[in-house]
Amino acid sequence: MTNPVTITAPQGLPFIDITREFDAPVAAVFDAYRDPELFARWVGPRDLGIQLEHYDFSTGGGYRFLNTDDHGNTFGFNGVFHVVRENEFAIQTFEFEGVPDVVSIESMTLTPLDGDRTRLSIHAVYPSLEARDGMIASDMESGMREGYEKLDELLAEKAAKPA
Amino acid sequence: MTLSTNESDDDRLDRAFVALGDPVRRAIIARLSTGPATVNELAEPFSITTQAISRHIQVLEQAGLVTRSRDAQRRPVHLAPAELERLTAWIDRYRLGTEQRFRALDAVLTTTRSTERKDPS
Repeated sequence: MTNPVTITAPQGLPFIDITREFDAPVAAVFDAYRDPELFARWVGPRDLGIQLEHYDFSTGGGYRFLNTDDHGNTFGFNGVFHVVRENEFAIQTFEFEGVPDVVSIESMTLTPLDGDRTRLSIHAVYPSLEARDGMIASDMESGMREGYEKLDELLAEKAAKPA
Repeated sequence: MTLSTNESDDDRLDRAFVALGDPVRRAIIARLSTGPATVNELAEPFSITTQAISRHIQVLEQAGLVTRSRDAQRRPVHLAPAELERLTAWIDRYRLGTEQRFRALDAVLTTTRSTERKDPS
């Protein structure tokens, strides 16, 4: 059983809205964002290894992480945390260093739900429609392929672990 | 899982997604979203030859994702907006990337919560 993700990319507007619920309380979801070790475990690696250079999930903090492929090509990502309010809200920037100066701004809201569950809502704003669509296209295929692979791994991991 | 109802649509999308199945080609697409660029400009950030970059561009070109101006001397590479739009309209594919991250987050939350549960409450 998994919670569906809702993604809205309105036509003609450089936004993406993402909503997802989690079977865990707000504090646990917030912690998975704040703790660098936990964050590195779920944000990557897709098909690439992830390396957190620095990561400070607090107001005025920032991050930089690197993905490296089999040929030694490195893909850097960085941003700052404009505001982080514990168990509630954060605004961050996101930049792929292969396309410098094209920076998206992402607001993230955590809402407590009944039964110790959490709703995560992300609103991302891109500098242009081209930037948004390029981002979606460049992010998409790996998701399609590895979504299934990762799912298999997770299911195997869960099966191996007593509940 | 079937996300499409149209077979020829599926073929074209499959070609596009195979083309995007490489981090260098995805970075090229991201770079071209800011405007056209020459092969040399596209090769700059990578530790591979311009010949290798040219091959990547050919794959993207065959998938209809990019075009090259034939007559211009510099032959800059452009994104093909129509094909890209078809892809981005295919939001379910992007959904899977996001879904994958959130399922990984689910797994992390399961682990951290089961650690908590070790404490007698």
